[in-house]
Amino acid sequence: MNTIDKTHEYTLVIEPKTKLLDFDLKELWRYRDLLLLFVRRDFVSVYKQTIFGPLWFFIQPILTTIMFMVVFGGIAKMSTDGLPQAVFYLAGIVSWNYFAEALKTTSETFVTNAGIFGKVYFPRVITPLSIVVSKLLTFAVQFFLFLLVYFYYLWFTDATLEPNLMLLLLPVLIVITAGLALGLGLLITALTTKYRDFRFLIGFAVQLAMYATPIIYPLSEIDNEKLRFAVLANPMTSIIETFRYAFTGSGEFSWFNLGYSFVVMIVLLIVGTLSFNKVEKTFMDTV
Amino acid sequence: MSKDAIIKVENLGKQYRLGSVGTGTLSHDINRWWQKVRGKEDPYLKIGDVNDRTSTGGSDYVWALKDVNFEVQAGEILGIIGKNGAGKSTLLKLLSRVTAPTTGMITCHGRIASLLEVGTGFHPELTGRENIYLNGAILGMTKKEIANKFDEIVDFAGCAKYIETPVKRYSSGMYVRLAFAVAAHLEPDILVVDEVLAVGDAEFQKKAIGKMKQVSEGQGRTVLFVSHNMASIQNLCNRVMVLENGTTVFRGDVASGIDFYMNANLKKSSIALVDREDRAGKKGVQFQDITIMDGKGEAIAEAFSGKPLYVDVTVKINRKLEQPIFRIMFIDTKGVIRFLCNNQFSMKSKMNLIDSGNQIIRCIIPEFPLPKGIYSVQLTCYSLEGVEDDIEAAMELTVAGGDFFNTGKEQVLKEGVLVKNTFEAL
Repeated sequence: MNTIDKTHEYTLVIEPKTKLLDFDLKELWRYRDLLLLFVRRDFVSVYKQTIFGPLWFFIQPILTTIMFMVVFGGIAKMSTDGLPQAVFYLAGIVSWNYFAEALKTTSETFVTNAGIFGKVYFPRVITPLSIVVSKLLTFAVQFFLFLLVYFYYLWFTDATLEPNLMLLLLPVLIVITAGLALGLGLLITALTTKYRDFRFLIGFAVQLAMYATPIIYPLSEIDNEKLRFAVLANPMTSIIETFRYAFTGSGEFSWFNLGYSFVVMIVLLIVGTLSFNKVEKTFMDTV
Repeated sequence: MSKDAIIKVENLGKQYRLGSVGTGTLSHDINRWWQKVRGKEDPYLKIGDVNDRTSTGGSDYVWALKDVNFEVQAGEILGIIGKNGAGKSTLLKLLSRVTAPTTGMITCHGRIASLLEVGTGFHPELTGRENIYLNGAILGMTKKEIANKFDEIVDFAGCAKYIETPVKRYSSGMYVRLAFAVAAHLEPDILVVDEVLAVGDAEFQKKAIGKMKQVSEGQGRTVLFVSHNMASIQNLCNRVMVLENGTTVFRGDVASGIDFYMNANLKKSSIALVDREDRAGKKGVQFQDITIMDGKGEAIAEAFSGKPLYVDVTVKINRKLEQPIFRIMFIDTKGVIRFLCNNQFSMKSKMNLIDSGNQIIRCIIPEFPLPKGIYSVQLTCYSLEGVEDDIEAAMELTVAGGDFFNTGKEQVLKEGVLVKNTFEAL
């Protein structure tokens, strides 16, 4: 009876009113193991009962690259900025994939996890965070594929590939991509708990957005000022251009554009977190 | 207010909206937002019906819980009982922070772990070992805590051999055992348990109850336990709270709580069947009246053990039923079903009813098998389409006792039914 006084200063108050920002970082830290276990579950369960295991993550980018080489390189004869087609397309596909996959999955957090969320409490934001991290592992596997192709062209062909110091920016690029996907994903999943209309949009919106990102064409090929502005308004544009520039020396790099992506990421993260916070406590009633 | 209340619940309320989400909810949301912008109160909070599922209310909103107040002391095992839809699960959901209350507040001094379901988050493709870690972490344990308890968990579940096998290959019993084992080794200050014990075989249930008892007695932990099963409530809890239509109607010790709950049910049996509102089903037939008679067909007030008993049920037939099934259940004051009569099992032929109008259905029990006591009779009628009519506590049946075995001795029996038997030394 008297044990509670000394052992548990921990006091929890459950109230209806949700504060605008109610982010318990200490609690989040306490659940760090859960985040890692979710990452492990998401990554491992995909290739259980397969023989090639994570190698299957190679298939999608390889086939997409071949497809692009045939359709856009071979038939439409679009420029690749003087780079080998495989390197050019793969660089874009691998970075875009991370963004697209992380966004698509996080944006369905509430709907797909309603089963667990309805039975037990843990900080809800753990789930989207774990998705962003587990997709990062997929990205790492696909990035390895890119490196294989890249080094083949670097060492065994006379293609002009000029790796440069911008390679140091690679972690920054990854962080911005993760932040963009997470922020937008949090916002969308919060919007879809009650009215699911947005869910129909997200699937093909991501698909269409790919064409508004310099993946199958280089940014330098756009002459029309208005179009160029539109493509640069896409925060993923500078990420992919910088990624390509760092490895090959061709493409466009500008601190301003990268800074713009960073600011967009911060704004999306704030808006996303706020809306996620607003719905996370009662979404079970409406999902 | 006592000082060491570990949980304190004040004016707790939870409102739900009925019907599906669509454009109707959008207009309410816009209205709510508009009122908020102008600094006014949520207009829909004032309305809402009491949670009584049997009557159709006028409002789209319903209070699953309203003005609930209670305190739980540290080390207490509080049983929460109530009929289906009384608000038990909603209360547990609020306590376990699955959803937030509409009004009121809960203050807890300690970590809460809730067990609304066993095996939450189990992934079928992962092995037993991986799932122990995953499930443990979902329930709030750290990896280190789980690692320390790992052997104990495996031991409790009794599945050491299958620990590296994906759980999708487990038998359902093994799956449940593993899931419960993880939950049982949680070490929260407050454990909130829904009727998860309803799963698993009898031996496992006993083990589970034992474990919960050990947790609260040995380690001074507080347990909130929701169940329909009066026997496990009696076994486990030291205090009881009865919920009815979303409010607390009783708080106190276990024996009086169970009595209160069962009596609340029995009280209803004084209302004539025709006028009973608390019935479920499609109303193809409706129970009108129930009487008991002795073997000569004369109405009696009390039944006698070992003597013939006729139960006559008058039904009003509203719709022609192809294969009607009537079920009469005899339930004791602990809520345990002692036995039941069902024409689907006891009769070879189908029962033929008239197309419409009133008809009497007679159930004949040649030797009434219950000892002295008070029982409640539940009437149910099924058709091929499902439940047609169902009334809990349709009548209160007093059994006066009697010499069942014709031995001249008083029969004492707290559980089960009397069955004729003989013994001989061979």
